Amino acid sequence: MKDPAPYRRPYWNTQPEYLFPKYASTVKRAPAQPLVVLPHTLSEVTAPVFGHDDIKPTDGDLTKQHPGEPLGERIVVSGRVLDEDGRPVPNILIEIWQANAAGRYHHRVDQHDAPIDPNFSGAGRVLTDAQGHYRFLTIRPGEYPWRNHHNAWRPAHIHFSLFGRGLMQRLITQMYFPGDPLLDYDPMFTCVADEKARARLVSTFDWETTMPEYALGYRWDIVLRGREATPMENRR
Amino acid sequence: MSLRATTSQTIGPYLRIGLEWMQIEDLAAPGVAGERVAIEGTIVDADGRPVNDAAVEIWQADSEGRYASPEDPRATSLDRAFRGYGRSLTNDAGAFRFRTIKPGPVPGPGGRKQAPHLVVTIFMRGLLKQLVTRLYFPDDPRNADDPVLGLVPAARRGTLVARKQGDARLEWNVVLQGKHETVFFDF
Repeated sequence: MKDPAPYRRPYWNTQPEYLFPKYASTVKRAPAQPLVVLPHTLSEVTAPVFGHDDIKPTDGDLTKQHPGEPLGERIVVSGRVLDEDGRPVPNILIEIWQANAAGRYHHRVDQHDAPIDPNFSGAGRVLTDAQGHYRFLTIRPGEYPWRNHHNAWRPAHIHFSLFGRGLMQRLITQMYFPGDPLLDYDPMFTCVADEKARARLVSTFDWETTMPEYALGYRWDIVLRGREATPMENRR
Repeated sequence: MSLRATTSQTIGPYLRIGLEWMQIEDLAAPGVAGERVAIEGTIVDADGRPVNDAAVEIWQADSEGRYASPEDPRATSLDRAFRGYGRSLTNDAGAFRFRTIKPGPVPGPGGRKQAPHLVVTIFMRGLLKQLVTRLYFPDDPRNADDPVLGLVPAARRGTLVARKQGDARLEWNVVLQGKHETVFFDF
């Protein structure tokens, strides 16, 4: 069998290092020994396949998971998943989770003094369509304090988990909102030096997907790693 | 056209909200061919403290060494009975567990076979991107010729090989940092 084409290695300063002391939790959890460069074999370029049997058609609407309406501002979050060559990545599973409008997670670890919303669990999932499009209807999440440093607050964000066609495309990231004054103070958002890379984590307001008299639209495209054009021999 | 891949961000402490619905600790339904194996382990940090908020994902071939993925040219029909994907969220003791089958050997670089292995991806608060590592099976003579294990300094290879704990039971622990640190890959 011919060696599969490897995935491209990350572009300089666009992916975080493990140790980033401004984000205090990295200090005891980042590997300290040298990493071993992994060749991309069949084990790395394949990935699990998910289908419509795995999710419910309603899983993309986080506002309709309980008998009542959740509190807060309804928003549409949509976009496309592409690879680095601009090709859509169809039929992949996206999972999201987030705080409610008051900045509180529905989770036992979150003890922030803000109300739980009994009508909002904050989790959703969809598959991308044939052109790589995805769409969620949800509530705009609130900002919330955390204990990383004095007076630390997380900017509003939605957690995204994506599978790709190959395991090397697996990505967990966070989507932010335009104009959030907390972004520049956030050690997660600022974990990479490249400002353009940071900017790509921020969604844009979008008239086209805004639903009149119902929900504002935010657009966010996600790019997964692309592949080298041809297999390279003895890549290390 | 050249875009840049989206920057990875931490999974954070609230991963259960988004990921618990698809916890898959039993990968092999009755009827799936292959040697049954139970894998258990814990994750500890630099101070030896258990990591109780990690997601551990495994990806593996079937007993014939084929992946249930369209990217495997040998996968003529995708066998939905064995997807080869598992996800376990660590408990308060930092423990994860899987029940699966031992995969067959899969093709490696230059036509060399790779020894049976699982690719392991780990996410947690405090990691801005995932850790990627591998689990190999104990007492398998094919480990000696494995092209990926061969890239690992000999003194550290043992961290990637599970330990036998009785009949069809394996233990494989993950040490994030320190003297006995598990080997992680630059992927």
